[in-house]
Amino acid sequence: MDPVTGFAAAAVRIATPLLWASLGEVVAERAGVINLSVEGAMLVGCLASAVAAQASGDPWVGVLAGALGGAVVAVAFAAVAIWGRSDQIITGTALTLASIGVTGIWYRHAFGPTGVGLSLPTLGPIEVPVLHRLPFVGPALFEQPLLTYLVVAAVPLVWWVIFRTTFGLKLRATGESAQAALAAGVPTRRCQTVAVVVGGVCAGVAGATLVLAQVGAFAERMTAGRGFIAIAIVVLGRWRPVGVLLAALGFGAATALQFAFQATGFKVPYQLFLMLPYLVALLALTGAAGRARAPRQLGRTVD
Amino acid sequence: MVFAAGAVAVGLVGLALGLVVFGYPASTALAALWQGAFGSWYSFASATLVRAAPLIVIGLGLAVAFRAGVLNIGGEGQFMVGAAVATWVGGGVGSWPPLLALFAVLIGGAIGGMLWVGIPVFLKLRFGVLEVISTLLLNFVAEAVISLLVQGPLQEARRSYPQSDPIAVAARLPVFPGTRLHLGFLIAILLGVGLWLVFTRSRWGFRLRVVGEAPQAAEVTGRINSARIVASALICSAALAGLAGALEVSGVTYALYQNLSPGYGFTAIAVALIARLNPLGIVVAGIGFGALEAGAGGMQRDAGVPAVAVYVVQAVIILVAGFSLSRARAARPEVSA
Repeated sequence: MDPVTGFAAAAVRIATPLLWASLGEVVAERAGVINLSVEGAMLVGCLASAVAAQASGDPWVGVLAGALGGAVVAVAFAAVAIWGRSDQIITGTALTLASIGVTGIWYRHAFGPTGVGLSLPTLGPIEVPVLHRLPFVGPALFEQPLLTYLVVAAVPLVWWVIFRTTFGLKLRATGESAQAALAAGVPTRRCQTVAVVVGGVCAGVAGATLVLAQVGAFAERMTAGRGFIAIAIVVLGRWRPVGVLLAALGFGAATALQFAFQATGFKVPYQLFLMLPYLVALLALTGAAGRARAPRQLGRTVD
Repeated sequence: MVFAAGAVAVGLVGLALGLVVFGYPASTALAALWQGAFGSWYSFASATLVRAAPLIVIGLGLAVAFRAGVLNIGGEGQFMVGAAVATWVGGGVGSWPPLLALFAVLIGGAIGGMLWVGIPVFLKLRFGVLEVISTLLLNFVAEAVISLLVQGPLQEARRSYPQSDPIAVAARLPVFPGTRLHLGFLIAILLGVGLWLVFTRSRWGFRLRVVGEAPQAAEVTGRINSARIVASALICSAALAGLAGALEVSGVTYALYQNLSPGYGFTAIAVALIARLNPLGIVVAGIGFGALEAGAGGMQRDAGVPAVAVYVVQAVIILVAGFSLSRARAARPEVSA
C-alpha cells in the first residue's frame, strides 16, 4: 500500500470509533448533559461485544450487545446525575472507574487469566463497487467495515433529529434553558435521559467497532482515553454533527501521521506523534472556544 | 465521619456483590484485601501508608482547586511532570549538602507541576478553554512526555531499560527503620494541617470559597478578582500534585519510569471528594484509599481477583460522596444572577 493510501486508511480507522462516541455525546450535550462516562460506556461496549460475539459466533450479535452495554452505563448515569441530581462531572468520572473495575472482573470470569481466545468472529471490510478502485482514497474510504459507513450515514441523521424535529427542538431547549423549557411543558428530565441513553448506545457501538472491526480482541482498559477524546472532539466540532465528523477525521489524521512518517524513514521519536493529537486538540479548542458557544446550561443540574 | 464510613461500607458491599456475581470467592478476596492493607505493622506502614502519601498530597491540591470551583482533572499529569523534574534535579545534586539537595528536589517537583498547569491556566484566561478538558488532555501529553524522557534525555547511562538513573543519595528522603515508609508521609500530614489553617484562617482561603460557591457575589463585591483566584487555585493545586511526584521519586522509587503512578492522580479525586474537601479529612481518606490500593495488590496475589476490582469500591464511594455533596448544595439558599 502506498503511503498516502496507508495514511488515509489509518486516519479513517482511528476516526471511526471516535466518531461513533462523539456523535452520541453531541446529542447528550445538546440536551445540556456532559457525560464523562462515555469512556466507561465504550469500555463496557468493548467487553460486551467480545463476550456476545464469542458466545453466538455472530459479530452482529456482538454489536447489539455492545450497544446494550453502553446503554446500561448511560442508564446508570441518568439515574444518578439526572434523576438523582448529582454532579455530572463527578458521576461520569465515577462510572468510568466503575466500568474499568467491572470489565476487569468480568473479563477474567469470561476469558480466564490468559485472555480472550483468538476465535472472535470479526467484521471484515466491505468494498463499495467501482469507488474502491479510486486512486489513493479509494481503499481508505470505500473498503471499510459496514460500521464505518453506518456512522457516516448517522451524521446527517443526527443533524436532522437535532435541528429539524420536535424532539430535537425540545432537546436544544432543555440544553439552553431548562427552566424555560420546563415552563413550556417540555419534560426536560425525560429528554435528557433519552439523549444520554442514545449517547450510551453510540459509545457502546464505538467499543464494538474497536473490538470487532479493528483489534479483534479485548484487553483491560483498551479504550485508553478514547471516550475522553470523543468529548474533546464534540467541543472541537462545535456541537454540530458535521463539525464532529470533520474533527474526528482531523484527530484521526493527526494520529495517523506517525504511520506516514514511519514510511518516509524519518527518525522522529514516536512519542511526539502520541502527543500530537492532544496538542492539536488543545490548539483547536482555543479557536473553538472563542467562536462557538456551548449549550448554555451544559453540565448544570436541572432542579 | 459517619457519612464516609457509610460510603466505604456501601463500596465494599458493591465489590462483594460484583465478585459473587462473577463467581469469585468473595470472602477469600475480602480477607486478602484486609491482609494486604492491615495484616501486619509492616504491611500497614510499607504498603498502605506509602501509597497514602501521594494520595493525600495530590488530594490536598485538588481540594484547593475544587474549593474555588475549578475542575482540575490533570492531577495525574502534574504528578508525573513533577516526578520528572524532581528526577532531573535529583541527578545533579549529588555533591550538595543532603538537606539542601532534598529541598531542591521537592521544590523542583512543585515547580514542574506549576509549569505544566501553566498551559491550562493560560488557555482558560486567554481563550476561555474549559479546564476540565485541557487538564484531561494534558494527562495524555504528560504520559507521552515521560515516555520520551525515559527513552531519551533522562534514560539511564546503560540505556538498557526505559528508566532513569537513580537520584543522588543526598536527595533521598529518610526511611523509618524496618519499613519502607518515608518521611514524605509526615510531610503529607503537615501539609494537611497547614492547608486546613489556610482554608479556615486566611483571606485567600475565604476567597477561594467565595469564588467557588458564589461567583456572582464575588464579582459584585468588586474586591475579589475571580480570574486571579481561579489561576492561583489551579497553580497551587498543580504545585501540590508536582510535589507529590517529587516525594514519590525521592522517597519510594529513586528513579523515573513510565508506570510510576498507578493512577494516583485520579484516585486522589475520590480522596478529595469523600473528605468533602476538608484537608484533615483528606489525610484520613488518603490513608483509607492507600489501604484499598495496598489491599488490591494482596487480593490479586492471594485470591486471583484483578486489582482493578477496587475501582468498583472507589466508584461507589465517589458516587455516594457526590450525591451527598449535591444534597448539601441544594439545601443552601440559591444565589442567582
